[in-house]
Amino acid sequence: MIIDGSESSLKKFLAELSPVDQVGAEARAVMLATRSIKTTSKAWAIDTAISMIDLTTLEGADSPGKVRALCAKAVRPDPTDSTVPSVGAICVYNDMVKITRSELDAIGGKDIPVAAVATAFPSGRASIAVKKIDTQDALDAGANEIDMVIDRGAFLSGKIGEVFDEIKTIKEICGNKAHLKVILETGELVTYDNVRKASYLAMLAGADFIKTSTGKVSPAATAPVVLVMLEAVRDYFALTGSRIGVKPAGGIRTTKDAIKQLVLVNETAGSEWLKPSLFRIGASALLNDLLMQRMKLRTGHYAGANYVTVD
Amino acid sequence: MSRIDVNKTYKLFIGGTFPRSESGRVYEIKGANKKFIANPALASRKDLRDAVVAAKSASSGWANATAFNRGQILYRIAEIMQGRSEQFIDEICLLEGVSNKAAKLQVEEAIDTWVWYSGWCDKLYSVSGSQNQVSGPFYNFTTPEALGVVAVFAESKPSLLGVVRTLAPVIAAGNSAVLIASESYPLPAITLSEVLATSDLPAGVVNVLTGKVSELAPWVGSHMEIDGVDVAGLSKKQEDEIKLVGADNLKRIHRFSATNHPERILSFMEHKTIWHPIGI
Amino acid sequence: MSNFEYASAPESKAIANIATSYGLFIGGKFVDPRKGKSFETINPATEEVLSKIGYADKLDVDLAVKSARSAFTKIWSKTPAKERGKYLYRIARILQERAREFAVVETLDNGKPIRESRDTDIPLAAAHFFYHAGWADKLEYAGFGNKPKPVGVVGQIIPWNFPLLMLAWKIAPALVAGNTVVLKPAETTPLTALLFAQVCQQAGLPESVVNIITGDGITGAALVNHPDINKVAFTGSTEVGKAIARSISATNKRATLELGGKAANLVFEDAAIDEAVEGIVNGIFFNQGHVCCAGSRLLVQENVADEVLEKLKARMSLIRVGDPMDKNTDLGAINSKEQLKRIHEITKSGDAEGANRWSPECKLPSKGFWYPPTIFTGVSQSHRIAREEIFGPVLSVLTFRTPAEGIEKANNTMYGLSAGIWSDKGAKILWAAKQLKAGVIWSNTFNKFDPASPFGGYKESGWGREGGRHGLSGYLKSDVKASK
Repeated sequence: MIIDGSESSLKKFLAELSPVDQVGAEARAVMLATRSIKTTSKAWAIDTAISMIDLTTLEGADSPGKVRALCAKAVRPDPTDSTVPSVGAICVYNDMVKITRSELDAIGGKDIPVAAVATAFPSGRASIAVKKIDTQDALDAGANEIDMVIDRGAFLSGKIGEVFDEIKTIKEICGNKAHLKVILETGELVTYDNVRKASYLAMLAGADFIKTSTGKVSPAATAPVVLVMLEAVRDYFALTGSRIGVKPAGGIRTTKDAIKQLVLVNETAGSEWLKPSLFRIGASALLNDLLMQRMKLRTGHYAGANYVTVD
Repeated sequence: MSRIDVNKTYKLFIGGTFPRSESGRVYEIKGANKKFIANPALASRKDLRDAVVAAKSASSGWANATAFNRGQILYRIAEIMQGRSEQFIDEICLLEGVSNKAAKLQVEEAIDTWVWYSGWCDKLYSVSGSQNQVSGPFYNFTTPEALGVVAVFAESKPSLLGVVRTLAPVIAAGNSAVLIASESYPLPAITLSEVLATSDLPAGVVNVLTGKVSELAPWVGSHMEIDGVDVAGLSKKQEDEIKLVGADNLKRIHRFSATNHPERILSFMEHKTIWHPIGI
Repeated sequence: MSNFEYASAPESKAIANIATSYGLFIGGKFVDPRKGKSFETINPATEEVLSKIGYADKLDVDLAVKSARSAFTKIWSKTPAKERGKYLYRIARILQERAREFAVVETLDNGKPIRESRDTDIPLAAAHFFYHAGWADKLEYAGFGNKPKPVGVVGQIIPWNFPLLMLAWKIAPALVAGNTVVLKPAETTPLTALLFAQVCQQAGLPESVVNIITGDGITGAALVNHPDINKVAFTGSTEVGKAIARSISATNKRATLELGGKAANLVFEDAAIDEAVEGIVNGIFFNQGHVCCAGSRLLVQENVADEVLEKLKARMSLIRVGDPMDKNTDLGAINSKEQLKRIHEITKSGDAEGANRWSPECKLPSKGFWYPPTIFTGVSQSHRIAREEIFGPVLSVLTFRTPAEGIEKANNTMYGLSAGIWSDKGAKILWAAKQLKAGVIWSNTFNKFDPASPFGGYKESGWGREGGRHGLSGYLKSDVKASK
């Protein structure tokens, strides 16, 4: 192990990470955004992106009906075209996990995992006792993946030992029953240096995935933030031999956005990461845009909004 | 019997010391009245080489001295010159055959020239430097810096002012200098080096050679450690020649009209532009 | 498809209307060279002939200078400053309008990736005209005296690495200060300059203010030696720069020279490594390394050298070499057979002197002129590849142990055009920036250019500055510089 888990060893480790130059990182992201993805590679990218989507609904108004519709969409995103892959996962609040799981199982989506946002999502402002119960509750309901939030307040006030311990505790509860995605909420961490440090902190504490945002804070999954996180998983792999996944969430609405994310993955962490087990995109509206672009590629003319389903 | 004057031996000024020419050569200088005044050193190319070594080793210290410090030292030169005015006046009268009044005016103007350039030392950067608004998240600024070692061929006449007018801007810039005195009117340059030696000017910042300009000029032109030349004291033909050989290391070679101007300082400086990103 | 392979995404050539032949642009129109000689310009990526170009000899040069002289005395010096500025604004706008066409032609003629001509060369060229346009009626506030005067007729010679951008760097300040010009583009990349001649026509620029003559080094020498030019502005090799300095030594001609470089890119232990690696790549592989200010000497602090090199190699493996017209190409074609030969010659000396060569696996096209991105490690200061300008995608890697040693090695060159500093420590950056003997210091960035930012070298990298307020002085008469 690189660190012994004490706050001082963590601080020492994080302090030795190379800093991030904001302007340089952003320039790299801008350059990668100029990649022009056409024809066959676009078709591949669209299907890959669909298979990576964590189809998400995280609203106070979420209801069983809404969730069932989402499940149908997840299994067969385009009812007219069976070649469209199903999505990577469905992401919901805890109390919707049970119905999501059973609905998916019922309609042929057994392989689609259900992700639950636990640990007092999105703010994370609750006691560790509550967060533990919250996580256990999601697992009991059948969640396959836990999307936890880190304590940004603790991180920003320098109590990184607390942040680390909390992730570790949740990871222990997840055990081998569920994958743990750790949401950094990069919009509140503000600097890329913090994003890099929080990424390592999460990976060291046992995250299977590091995720940018809750979707409730702006900015969310900006290209340079994802770039910095992809660099972190790449370098962590070189350090430890284990590959950690990355999940940008929030603000990725168009096919163009999604393809830019895939380019970032391809040219930062590498093509090894271009699969749903290592890269997910948290989104809701994105799926329909991908479907419309897919129709355009297939038919040669532009699709209309009413030719994809609104759920 | 009247008292016999103690005459000065006019020597070279290299690295803060007053050596004779390594060649052992001297040449005769007569006054305007055709009477013998002195046998200043006839510097050789090896003396030039030594002067450049001295200038080179002094250059980083002088260039990196604070501009305030350089300004104070230039002012100090003026102070010391003021105290030695009589000596300069006598020398000019003897050499140029001008009236005491004219010589006095020349000395005063030379002193004031030091004061003028002294004041420029710490202001050049504001006047000639700039902050450049580039289109991007970068802080970008330009600032002048000393060129390095500059050879100065002093004007012949006025014999003192012709030295100060060319030399002062070169060292105000933070350069170190090798001054080649006028062949026919070299004495004020040597007397000036006695002033420089007692003005807190670091050794080697100014080095003074006397001798045959035509002998030294080609060596100046081809010396690869000399970065710039003020050709005030050269003929047009000599200037052409020095420009031709000076192209080998792209020397910055200039001739100015006889005025004081900040461009005389800036012509022997380089502008450096620095970029840095603005970010968190 | 298991990997994310980018399908080819070629920019359309349809927008480029390249004529089968071009004359010389003298007196506001295209004229045939007196002796009717011509040469071909080719696409270095395919070796296809793009067009036949008129070859200007001494007589044509004389005609062009006469035309510029007459425009200077009769028209341009009498054109109010405000109106001069407006012509430049027009030119800037037309360049923006026709940006895509210019980018395509530039890439076809030069071999540089379309991404670079589209995102860097052409926008910067337009920006250069826009920036300078505004100076026209403000020159008396620029700090060069109350009544700054133009120099007269300027002979300008530009290189093949940034054809239109170098044209802009030359023509914009010259015109805005009231000079007229005779410009000679490089032999291998004349097309965008000839296209620019059409822009001058569209802008209604008075005839003869800009004259463009095409040819080779002999044409250039005839221009430099023409008795009726007042100034030479040259960008190119130090060797030619020195020859120009010699040939004008006995004249009253002024000169600005932007010459070679062998820039050190210093990576300190506390650098942001990922961004430094990007900067190293951009520093040497931008424009195939055909950049006078390229960061061709990587000086990396020994205690981070392994990490930097490992990341650099990984990053280099991602460089996409190939068809310059493909929007995803990062490294295009070497500009000419001669340049490729020179790169081969000097890199072979690197092998012979015992440096270790490394290139990522990459398939080079069979036609055209290509060189893979290459680094040499185990390079010492005395190796030719550490001293001479290669002007290709070849990086020499050296190490240093202390900051002082890094600076010493960085400055140990006859050149002094640019340098890079990578460190996260502000005080160290300013310290290093002060020590480095170079005209442009990029800290935590590299190869950035802007019309407002003066550019030019120390030592044998040239005379004078281009761009910004400082660049104007090269095109204005001095109050105190005496002529012979």
